[in-house]
Order: sequence, then C-alpha cells, then structure tokens
Amino acid sequence: MKRRDFLKAAAGGAAVLCTGGAAQARENLQPAPQAVGMLFDSTLCVGCKACVSKCKEVNGMPPVIRDGQVQFDSASDLSGDTLNVIKIYKDGTAKVKDSEVDGFAFEKRSCMHCVNPGCVSVCPVTAMRRDPATGIVTYHADACIGCRNCTVGCPYNVPQFEYDNPFGQIQKCQMCNQAGVERIDNGQMTGCAEVCPTGATLFGTREALMEEAKRRLALKPGEIYNYPRGDLGKPYNSHEKAAPEYKQHVWGEKEAGGTNVLHISSIPFDKLGMPPLGERSAASIAEGVQHTLYSYLALPAVALAGLTYVVRRNTDDDGGES
Amino acid sequence: MAIHKNDQFEQRLGVSRRDFLKFCTGMAATIGLSTTDALAMAEAVEGAAKRPVVIWLHGQECTGPTESLLRGEHPTLERLILEMISLDYHQTLDAGAGHDVEHAKDASMAANKGKYLLVIEGSIPTKDGGIYCKIAGKTMLQHTQEAAEHAAAIVAFGSCASWGGVQSTGINPTEAQGAQAVLPGKTVLNLPGCPPNPYNFLATVLHFVTFGKLPELDEQNRPKFAYGRLIHENCERRPHFDAGRFAEEFGDEGHAKGWCLYKLGCKGPETYANCPAVEFNDIGGGTWPVGVGHPCFGCAEEGVGFTKPLFSLADVKTHTPPNEFPLIDQRENATGASTGAAALAGAVGGAVVGAGAMAAKKIGDAENNSSDNQG
Repeated sequence: MKRRDFLKAAAGGAAVLCTGGAAQARENLQPAPQAVGMLFDSTLCVGCKACVSKCKEVNGMPPVIRDGQVQFDSASDLSGDTLNVIKIYKDGTAKVKDSEVDGFAFEKRSCMHCVNPGCVSVCPVTAMRRDPATGIVTYHADACIGCRNCTVGCPYNVPQFEYDNPFGQIQKCQMCNQAGVERIDNGQMTGCAEVCPTGATLFGTREALMEEAKRRLALKPGEIYNYPRGDLGKPYNSHEKAAPEYKQHVWGEKEAGGTNVLHISSIPFDKLGMPPLGERSAASIAEGVQHTLYSYLALPAVALAGLTYVVRRNTDDDGGES
Repeated sequence: MAIHKNDQFEQRLGVSRRDFLKFCTGMAATIGLSTTDALAMAEAVEGAAKRPVVIWLHGQECTGPTESLLRGEHPTLERLILEMISLDYHQTLDAGAGHDVEHAKDASMAANKGKYLLVIEGSIPTKDGGIYCKIAGKTMLQHTQEAAEHAAAIVAFGSCASWGGVQSTGINPTEAQGAQAVLPGKTVLNLPGCPPNPYNFLATVLHFVTFGKLPELDEQNRPKFAYGRLIHENCERRPHFDAGRFAEEFGDEGHAKGWCLYKLGCKGPETYANCPAVEFNDIGGGTWPVGVGHPCFGCAEEGVGFTKPLFSLADVKTHTPPNEFPLIDQRENATGASTGAAALAGAVGGAVVGAGAMAAKKIGDAENNSSDNQG
C-alpha cells in the first residue's frame, strides 16, 4: 500500500467519524438534585489564609516548605499537599484592593466541582466520580490506575498527582466529605467555609448560593449589605459591609456546563486565572464523539472494513505489493 | 557625662541616679535607640543649662492625653516630667488662674521666642470663626495660631489634636479640625490615640531635647518609631488569626482562650500604633485593649476610630503585595520524583527482587530438604 493511499483512507475515515460524532454529542449534564457547593466572593477575602490552614488540618496535609522556611505554609499552587490556596492578582502599584488597575485582589483556587466534570469524563476507570446526590466530585484510590488523565482533563488544573510519593495518588478537594472526614454527610460545612472570618467562602446548596450571588450582583456599590458567614442554610452570624462594584458575572453559572463552586469578583475572571470556557462542556462533546465512535463498535468495524478493502485492492494475488 | 552634677540633679528630681538612667534607657528603647543614645539623653536632660520651655494648649477634648501622661507609672515620672521640662503654661496643671497665667504665658512665649515646644491637646473648632472654644477672650484658633508662630516644634498630642478626633466625625457641628489642618505651612508632629500612649510623647520630647530635632516621621507626620507598623503586625494574638482561630462572641470558648478578635470587629489590621509593644499603665502582662480581650477600636487612625462601626470587620492592610501570596499563574514545581522518593522506590524495588531471590532459594532449599528426608 502506498503512503498516499493510506493517508487518504485514514483522512476519510476520520472525517466520517468526526461528523457523525459531533452530530450526536450529548447535552450538558444538569446539576445534581441536592448539589452542594461554595460561593467565593473575592471582594470579601482579606487574605488571612485561615481556609488554607484549616484545609490542611482537616485533610491531614503537611505545609509546603520552601527555602527551608518552616514557619509558614508557602504553597504556590495546588499540589499533592495542597487542596486549597489563596492567590493574588496585582497590577501596577497594587495599592487598591479589588481594583483592576493599580490594584490587587485575592482568588481562591480549589476544586470547582463541575456539573460536567472533565476529570470524571477522561477517567478510563471509575476512580473519578460525581456523587449522584450532592454533585461532589470524588476520587477513589482503590479504582485508580495512576494514568493521570484527570490532571490534564481538568480546565482548572485541580487534580494533582503526588509525584514525590512512590505510591502516589491523585489529590483534590472533595468538599471535606471523603471517607474518614464526611463533614457534609454529618451535617457540617466545609472546613474552609467554617473558618472564613468574612464569609468570603460560603457553604450552601448550589441553588441558594446562586441566589445569594445574584442578590450581591444586584447591589448598588456602597449599599450596606448583611453578609452571612459559614453555612448559607443556617448562617451562625453575619456582618454588615458596603457592597463593592461587582462584575456582573457569576463564574460557574454557565461555564462549561456550570460548577457547584461559584465565584464573584470586582475583577474580570480572565485576570483571576479562569480559563476561557464556553457554555458547552468539553466532557459532553468528547463523550458524544467517543460514545458514537464506539457504539456497538459499529464505526470501528466500518473503518476496519474500509482499510481492509484498500489493502486488498492494492495487494496482488501473490501477496506482494502491486 | 557631667558626674559632678549628680548630687544636685538627684536632689532636684528626687530620684536615684539608677532610676533616672533606667528611665532614659526605657525611653531610648521606645524610640529604638541604643544604650549610648540613652546616656546622651541622660546628659542632655541633666546637663541642660535651661530646661526646654513647653507651652501646652487645650482645645475641644476630654483632657485624656494629660490624664494619660499623669498616670505614667514609672517611679517618679511626674516629678521627672515636671522637672525635665519647664512647663510654663498648662491649663490643667497650672496652679494659677485667670489673667496671671495668661500674662505668664505671653511673657514666656516672648522670652523664649523660637525656642519653646508647643503641645496641642484637643481639636480646634473653625466654624463661625472658631467661637465654640474661647479661653481668655480669644478663640482656640487664635491661641493656636499665635503660639505656633514662634514655636521651635509643634506636637499634637491625642487623636483630637492630630486629626480632629471624635468631634470631627459625623455631622461635626463645630467643624472641629486637627492642629495641622489649621496650621498650613507648619510641621505638626502627630501623636494620635484616644488616649495616646504617654511614653510615645515622652520619647518624642526626649528625642527633641537630646538631638534638637524631631524623630523620623511618616507621611501623616507620626513618628515612625511608634506608628510605623500596624497593631496587627505586633499583636500577640496574630498566630490565632493566621490559623483561623477566631472568637465568635464575647465570653465564648475562643474568647476565653485568647483567640483572635478580628470577627468581633478588631481594627488592629488597619490601625497604625505600637500598643501591643508598649502597652498601657506599666502593669505588664498584656495590658492593652486586645490583650485584655477587647477588639481594637482604631482610636489612633483617622477614618477608623469613631468613624467605623465598633463591630464591623476591618480592612486588613497587612497583605499589601508583594506579600507571601502566589501569583495567579504561579505553579508548584512538579519536577518529578525527588531524590529521596527515587531512592525509596529503588530500595522497594531492590527489596522485592531480593525477597523474590530469597524466596526462590528457600523453596529450592525446602525441596532439597524434603528430597533428603525422603532419601
């Protein structure tokens, strides 16, 4: 077979598969019926990192030590030892909080708990799962084969592999509800929401948090608002503060099919490191292609038949190339 | 050092030399100066041909700064401060009254033109020409401007004199202002606080007496030795803030255990003062508002004390970049297995191979043994 013929056949097969696949891609998944999540309001965050500290305590993780400085946890991003980190945006003189120009703003990095999780979609086994009731995206080491597809299948760079551990696992935020912690099942809230002194990280159902986020976006700048702290379902207290000028955007309402962890801010989200995402989740498109492609193994069979035909046509009776 | 003056000096102050040097060393430490500077201070005080003249004015206020100064508990402090400087005019402490003291004040200001230290306590009303505070037929505004004209240095003692204090907040019916606001073109050293810490005042005055100039000031003309850092930065409860341990309400478990008072409205994160380092009333043991369990009120900071609600959350000013926050795009170094992990993996692999070899050998031995037994 000539190289030219092979490439032609391959291109033809690929075109068939792609058009057929895209046409039959599934829709975005809907949020789980009792989806729980968190609302992170960047304008409330004062950078105390109490949430980072509590996260390590609840999940039994060591501080990240840099340059021999053991006094402070100095994690610079999510890693096998860090499920939650507060990062900073800064511009110019960086003097004014929540100002895009010459200002600074804090941003929380932890699992967004996607409604259509990419990590679950790319997992070849069932190590990554979306809880059918709560929508929490969980990891199951007993099923994991260590392929680390999830680390690249996530648009937020969340699942992290323990590269420095010979028996490394994937580490990610599981909303303090993994086996042995189970705070949500026990009626508690996540550790980070519990300790947040300003209510910048708020726990609740996705539905209630979405309402809260939209209420805040509707506030006039300077208007006094009563910000709840802790669990939105049963806030143990609240504090009054003048509303900032919010960007009219709830991150996680629609991005890639939505997330259970929502973010609001006074800074555009691309400046806060959020990836450019459409409303359609990559998982739904890819799964559509894959599931169509392998449906009853029909298309692979067709592709094989086509290739066989090309091979036979270009093969003489003696078995040599014509 | 003027040793021969010791006896006379001791007599004059009524303190032992040891106590006097202790006082000077303490003052030098407050400003952050060395022991050598403390000795220079001692020399400046006891060697002065004439004690520096101080004219002290009171405007709209509660006399808190004077009261706080009087309660400095170092041994013989009152006698020292009264002997160290020549307090020629002070409405609270003057024994005389009426025209006599006013004449004495005018005479002193004329005699010490350009050499006296002016201390202002209290805010200055400016509405309707300042008629809301009159002393001896003149408004406080006039008194302030007159006395400032030929002062060697001007110190605003307390929040009222520094930035207007409680009178200047809200509707401000008298249009009260701080000393600097009514003295444009003059340098006014501000020592805000309600009440201000007496040792910051004493340290500033001793600095002036010793070196003939005011200490280094920040952009709000506050001495940097006292107002250079946030209360939050020196607070003994700071580790609780960093660890997320907050008192939720007065009298709860966290409050009883001395946890961070941020959630109760502590303004330490946005107030510049040295309260946690110097404390109050010389009792020790953490005697300052936060130390005894009450959130900082922000009394020293314009726009915070008397302005923000008592229990509203403070804006945390410590974390102005570049602090220890990773940038948005910063990534953790994932450079693969560390040397230790690789060695461990190698050791595990080696152990598995070794164990396998041993097992094979043992099986072989066992087979040999069984065949020996049979044979």
